[in-house]
Amino acid sequence: MKDFSVNHLLGIKNLSQNDIKLIFDVASKFKEVINRPIKKVPTLRDITVANLFFENSTRTKLSFELAEKRLSAEVINFSSSGSSVSKGETLVDTVNNILAMKVDIVVIRHPDAGAASFLSKNIQASVINAGDGSHEHPTQALLDSFSILEKMNDIKGKNILLLGDIKHSRVALSNIFCLQKLGANVRVCGPPTLIPKNIHDLNVEVSFNLKESLNWCDAVNVLRIQLERQNLKLFPSLREYTMMYGVNKELLQTINKEILILHPGPINRGVEITSEVADSHQSIILNQVENGVAIRMAVLYLLASKIKIS
Amino acid sequence: MKKNKVILNFKELSIIIDRLCHQLVENHFDFSKTILIGLQPRGVLFAQKILSRLCEITNKNIQYGELDVTFFRDDFRRRPGVLTPHETNIDFSIENFNVVIIDDVLYTGRTIRSALDALGSFGRANSIELLTLIDRRFTREIPIEAKYIGKSVDVFETEYVIVNLDLDDKESNVLLLNN
Repeated sequence: MKDFSVNHLLGIKNLSQNDIKLIFDVASKFKEVINRPIKKVPTLRDITVANLFFENSTRTKLSFELAEKRLSAEVINFSSSGSSVSKGETLVDTVNNILAMKVDIVVIRHPDAGAASFLSKNIQASVINAGDGSHEHPTQALLDSFSILEKMNDIKGKNILLLGDIKHSRVALSNIFCLQKLGANVRVCGPPTLIPKNIHDLNVEVSFNLKESLNWCDAVNVLRIQLERQNLKLFPSLREYTMMYGVNKELLQTINKEILILHPGPINRGVEITSEVADSHQSIILNQVENGVAIRMAVLYLLASKIKIS
Repeated sequence: MKKNKVILNFKELSIIIDRLCHQLVENHFDFSKTILIGLQPRGVLFAQKILSRLCEITNKNIQYGELDVTFFRDDFRRRPGVLTPHETNIDFSIENFNVVIIDDVLYTGRTIRSALDALGSFGRANSIELLTLIDRRFTREIPIEAKYIGKSVDVFETEYVIVNLDLDDKESNVLLLNN
């Protein structure tokens, strides 16, 4: 019988290759479930999940909530705006109060790196990291790799490019860990000011040349410029960024193969990617959204299966 | 020491499969409103054998699907490890069809209960029947019985019924494993 090695999903770094493959295997079964006429299964009917969002989110929050409801879990939602957090309550106190309501799994998004990990050491519930600062966003990386795998059948040996704001992107770090664990060659590309200076420690290639990188890769994950995380002006203007690192149809026509286009959303249309490319047949952006629900159902299912009924 | 006893050899198996198919023909006529559903993982091979023999007998294409019941089981979180699901292949609605669930061994009945729940995701069937190769009698934990039975056996709780089905029928048999 297979086993899932972790009790919390804090980051891809903590997962083994077998864990990732198990998540993908279960997610592929949930993908079939969410395409049935009736998309709900009773599996988590005795599990309560709290979605704690200390930072804005649309896609991830909706995706988690839908995944939980498709699994028949009880769901409670919390967002920091308008809560006692603004009155000075600590993270652990806030969460412990919620846990007193008998919550089994906590999904947390927080602006500070390490928040999910901190929480997992201080509370009696399984914790899922839905994004912690610029650190990790594991379910996004899992759904990105799962979407590539669906289209390419294998990731091992494939060249995957992460393009854009690598420095502020939790999606980038989780993607690097996930893709490498699955055997892909990873390269990052973007303006030098948006590439972390010690990125080489992660064993990834670095390039500042977009056209050459697009020629190199089989799939490109176009990341959003995270203006909300930038205190300094790291490039002269959005217009210049678009000219240097924006993906458009003309650029794709100059390379000699068809590559997959991914974007974790939300898209800044006309900045890092044009509408024409985002909506083209090469783009698997909407597949990513659909796969996001299946991946999150799989993660919830696997973590819940570790909470045994004595 | 483990001792195996052959309950059914390949010849007996093929006679039983023939008989079950003719019983199905008797009740379902041209199969125009009938769907066969094999249960994952072990009922599928047996269901495929029933399907292929039925197609030979009737000379018709019969709708067939495979159902995994993992997400509907009642022992989730009650066993060590993870219950890993198998593929479900049902790309049609069962609304107003007569469904025949096919499994290899009917034991506690809990798998069939899960299957009845899971089938609800694909529509409201006109009727649902159960066909099983082996019926382990007196072991039911819930009130479920099969309409079509290959062979009924009375075995101890400590004994296992193993159905070995191969593409090459001559290797197929049903064993009783005594622990």
